[in-house]
Amino acid sequence: MNRYRWIGSPLIFLSTWLAASTGALAAGPKPWQMNFQEAATPVMEDIISFHNLLLVIEILIVLFVLGLMLVIIIKFNSKANPVPSKTTHNTLLEVIWTVVPIAILMVIAVPSMKLLFFMDKAKNPELTLKITGNQWFWSYQYPDNGDFEFDSNIVAEEDLEKGGKRLLEVDERVVLPVNTEIRLLMTSNDVIHNWAMPSFGVKMDTVPGRTNESWIKVTRTGTFYGQCSELCGVNHGFMPIRVDVVSKAEFAKWAAASKVKHARIETPPKTADHATARATVKAIQLVQTAVRTPGAQILKR
Amino acid sequence: MSDTAHAGTDGGHDHTPRGWKRWAYSTNHKDIGTLYLALAVLAAIVGGSMSALIRLELTEHGIQFIDDFQFYNMLVTAHGFVMVFFVVMPALIGGFGNWFVPLMIGTPDMAFPRMNNVSFWLLAAALVLLVASTFIAGGVGTGWTVYPPLSNADFHPGMAVDFGILSLHLAGASSILGAINLITTILNMRAPGMTLHRMPLFVWSMLITAFLLLMAIPVLAGALTMLLTDRNFGTTFFSPEGGGDPIFWQHLFWFFGHPEVYIMVLPAFGIISHIISTFSKKPIFGYLGMAYAMLAIGFVGFIVWAHHMYTVGFNVETRSYFVIATMVIAVPTGVKIFSWLATMWGGSIDFKTPMLYAMGFIFLFVAGGVTGITLANAGVDQAFHDTYFVVAHFHYVLSVATVFAIYAGIYYWIGKMSGRQYSEIAGRWQFWITFVGVNVLFFPQHFLGMAGMPRRIPDYPDAYAGWNMVSSIGAVITMVGAFLFLWILFRTLTAGAPAKDNPWGEGATTLEWTVPSPAPFHTHEELPDMGDPKAAE
Repeated sequence: MNRYRWIGSPLIFLSTWLAASTGALAAGPKPWQMNFQEAATPVMEDIISFHNLLLVIEILIVLFVLGLMLVIIIKFNSKANPVPSKTTHNTLLEVIWTVVPIAILMVIAVPSMKLLFFMDKAKNPELTLKITGNQWFWSYQYPDNGDFEFDSNIVAEEDLEKGGKRLLEVDERVVLPVNTEIRLLMTSNDVIHNWAMPSFGVKMDTVPGRTNESWIKVTRTGTFYGQCSELCGVNHGFMPIRVDVVSKAEFAKWAAASKVKHARIETPPKTADHATARATVKAIQLVQTAVRTPGAQILKR
Repeated sequence: MSDTAHAGTDGGHDHTPRGWKRWAYSTNHKDIGTLYLALAVLAAIVGGSMSALIRLELTEHGIQFIDDFQFYNMLVTAHGFVMVFFVVMPALIGGFGNWFVPLMIGTPDMAFPRMNNVSFWLLAAALVLLVASTFIAGGVGTGWTVYPPLSNADFHPGMAVDFGILSLHLAGASSILGAINLITTILNMRAPGMTLHRMPLFVWSMLITAFLLLMAIPVLAGALTMLLTDRNFGTTFFSPEGGGDPIFWQHLFWFFGHPEVYIMVLPAFGIISHIISTFSKKPIFGYLGMAYAMLAIGFVGFIVWAHHMYTVGFNVETRSYFVIATMVIAVPTGVKIFSWLATMWGGSIDFKTPMLYAMGFIFLFVAGGVTGITLANAGVDQAFHDTYFVVAHFHYVLSVATVFAIYAGIYYWIGKMSGRQYSEIAGRWQFWITFVGVNVLFFPQHFLGMAGMPRRIPDYPDAYAGWNMVSSIGAVITMVGAFLFLWILFRTLTAGAPAKDNPWGEGATTLEWTVPSPAPFHTHEELPDMGDPKAAE
């Protein structure tokens, strides 16, 4: 639309930076964002606080090296220091620069392990959400609420509602209750996908033939966006995730309604979908072959 | 010196072949090194153009000009393959390795000159196959990691992936032959008196790299063969339908893929050590520590592969092991960084172009290295995995640091290789343009990654537009630097001032500076005597 909007970007940058530093924002990425999306689960809060520690340590290391290099440039250039020293050994120095990094790594390792073991699995899940990756949409199943299942597809740009986020909106949203420990089970029907939700601190591959487990406990209501995060073919960039987190009462209402709406009238057309997906890939690639590489067909057939 | 050059058996004629046969049939380490470097420059133009297309597509949100997303995925994949297998490896190992290992250890040529020729031509054939794969059936759109099931016959039915697999097989065979050649040469053909502990650090780096190749590439070859039979002969190594497992591929791939990272960066360490010592006019600080740090990095590089796979669903104990093992690498890397700084400390430094690149290398390798520590922690990696943060991290250590080492090596040695010296002022301009360009290009990608932008997508949510635009501007600046480099290269080769035998003065102490510039077709026909090692200590 407005191709040169970026010219005004310093202003946008400044305003979003101010906004980000003063108060809470709705979920999803913001223009000129330089930091994580706001945390909505205890896991993401821990990731952010651990990363803050890492960031301080790393910035200090970079500044230390940069500082030494500046001193070297000023003091030891050939004009300032025409006669080079011949020092090539200093045991104490060598011991220090081996031991100090080890100490720093130990400082990092302790909170790292804490975080890792905390984020691993739900302790007392109250609800399970089953997530299945498909080329190129997500299927969600609620085994604890009547085992209904639905597909969640991207909303095309021309069908977006006003205020809808391009490439992030879906037709059927995932709805989940707030302040509830939820177990996520993930698998795939075709290739490897990845269910990633930045503000939840969740990112897990969906692998055919395997079931992976993760968990969330969302601490506030709202709308959250994520995207597939493992290259899964032609439309990898176009299988977004939208989660609406609502109060427990609202969730119960939604689940009851969805149970009716997505009732299983017949055996789920999963295999058909699967076959269609594969056929689509094949068709797309055949068309591409024909369009771009007529010569290659001779090689292929 | 002419005495040595004419000491051949047939009196004053050293049988320099002429015309195309000199190159096609070459068994001379310098000519083969030149061929490798030429191939790397050619492939860099191809791979660089691909990255330019990617960055142009990502300049703004929405689809700019690539509306065929398979084509986009193919670009991402081929860019990775070309840069890893046909730019960085040929330049550092085939190019500088061939040229300077025999010169530095004081031996006339490589141990197996004919095999050296085969190595190069296998690689050239591999490049042809890879380029062919991009024109077949939409190309390989799997990413350079070629993860099944996406790469199996159901989801990539054309022959593109088969061409890619065979290309990697040939490139792998080429690397194994090259590695055997380097190991044999370095272990058996050093000049009298040059013990392993007196060997130049670049030669150390090549020796370790060659061992890494020898151990990592066969694993890749095995995995590729399994994928090939999965695709064509109905085996199910990687498909759960037949009892296989897609994660199995990832283990095999990264068991090769992680050492591959060090295969690309260890030779860069070697080059940087020489340049820093030369321009500081000081011997390298902590020589043995430097050599054994590289050995340690090479060893640990083999036991950390699964840190590329934190999100595949490992149990937590596995992940905690790989976190600790990965962070250990920071220690020998720190030893190298601080030893370089200590080498410069107290030096009398000339900031010529190779030295600028070496200092740029240190700073950017540290910047890319610390984000590596972030990513090593499986906990926070859950936020960063497969985002642009990872793209920023590995481009800082590879695209920036390693390519800086290649630029540095060419400026450092071009006088020795071509007999002509580059223009210092043009070289400095080229450094600063590239330095600014790569930082504007890759630093904003950290922000994109933190905000959650996934890798390998042709279009992104509108909020990511700002930093993507900045990144693309950086890409344009970097490209200006690359074109300037090609021009400098062309001017140097056609009209450069004649290079002295040793253009760098007292700091350049390795054996390549004792032979004339350009290095004659045959060198070290009389082995240089490095003296009694005991007396030197």
